Amino acid sequence: MHALANPARFLSFARPLTPWLGWGGAALLGASLFGGLFLSPRDYLQGETVRIMYVHVPTAWLGMGGWAALAAASASHLVWRHTLAGIAARAIAVPGAVMTALALATGAIWGRPTWGTWWEWDGRLTSMLLLFFLYCGYLALNAAERERGGEAKLSAIFGLVGAVNLPVIHFSVIWWNTLHQPPSLTTEGSAIDASIAWPLLGSTIGFTLLFAAIVLMRMRAILGQARFAARLRRAAA
Amino acid sequence: MRAKNQRMTLVLLGMGAMLIAALLAMWGLRDRAALFLSPGDLRTRSVPAGQAVRIGGMVRPGSLVRAPDGVSLSFVVGDDTPRTVPVSFRGVPPDLFREGSGVIAEGSFAPDGRFVAAELLAKHDENYKPPDKVAAAHRTETLR
Repeated sequence: MHALANPARFLSFARPLTPWLGWGGAALLGASLFGGLFLSPRDYLQGETVRIMYVHVPTAWLGMGGWAALAAASASHLVWRHTLAGIAARAIAVPGAVMTALALATGAIWGRPTWGTWWEWDGRLTSMLLLFFLYCGYLALNAAERERGGEAKLSAIFGLVGAVNLPVIHFSVIWWNTLHQPPSLTTEGSAIDASIAWPLLGSTIGFTLLFAAIVLMRMRAILGQARFAARLRRAAA
Repeated sequence: MRAKNQRMTLVLLGMGAMLIAALLAMWGLRDRAALFLSPGDLRTRSVPAGQAVRIGGMVRPGSLVRAPDGVSLSFVVGDDTPRTVPVSFRGVPPDLFREGSGVIAEGSFAPDGRFVAAELLAKHDENYKPPDKVAAAHRTETLR
């Protein structure tokens, strides 16, 4: 891990890895969504709306997984002062926020025909909305800190503090009476029939690879920007 | 102790403290963060008639009666305790509302103990199956 903290070494593996992750993820996602929209059966109760799950579950997972990665990067930024870790956290924030927003939107669209409501202030929905606000807060705080030219220590601390929301999101449906159903995939097995679970697994992996590719691209862009700014400063001096 | 290890300890301690604080806060919230009361909860919590509240549970199989006017329904909500609540509702229920499934009713208790729902929400359980794999009639076992 520490060897990767060197930006030059990071770039030497990130550059060839990005297209593999990006195109691999896009291909897998395309195939899975095709399978999910046209080949897999409808649900016996929900009917066709079950297909919203093929977008809802991966985006919700990446919204939460994104913050977990952001918190891990923030921790290594605080502990080891790796500049690259701070860049990684910053690179994750925007796609993570987009994924969380997508999960909220698809959930609302699914909830209207299934539950009979677009939105209900239950534990799961509220804690997920909080995650979206945390992303927005992180982005604002990080932008303000960069403007002042600091090393983004406050946003790293914010990233760590925000991580306490993740277990709340996960356990909300177990701790409290909620409208949202409990997890279908547990250590005891899957409550999702295999014919519906396969496209879901594929689209989850596809979305994740695509997310990783976007984060790598953003990290490279941020590194490139920093190098460009440094060169401008040298030229001006 | 090297500065690096010091920072590591600080971050770990901070995270631990924050996690404990969050869990304590959630534990303090407990049933106040619940979206609805189940019939079992009503044994220990009395809700005065007329007070707005959400109750939730399973629609008891065989209890659903549709009135001849076409918009009035009545049914019995139960959970894994013996206590049940009779509910009446006037309106269009969501598509997934059915006997043996989870339901959340928003409304208030009438003086006679009957729950008058202003709005019904259907709960979906964690099971996803294609139509041809459902042998028996639909039945949800868990309240959540």
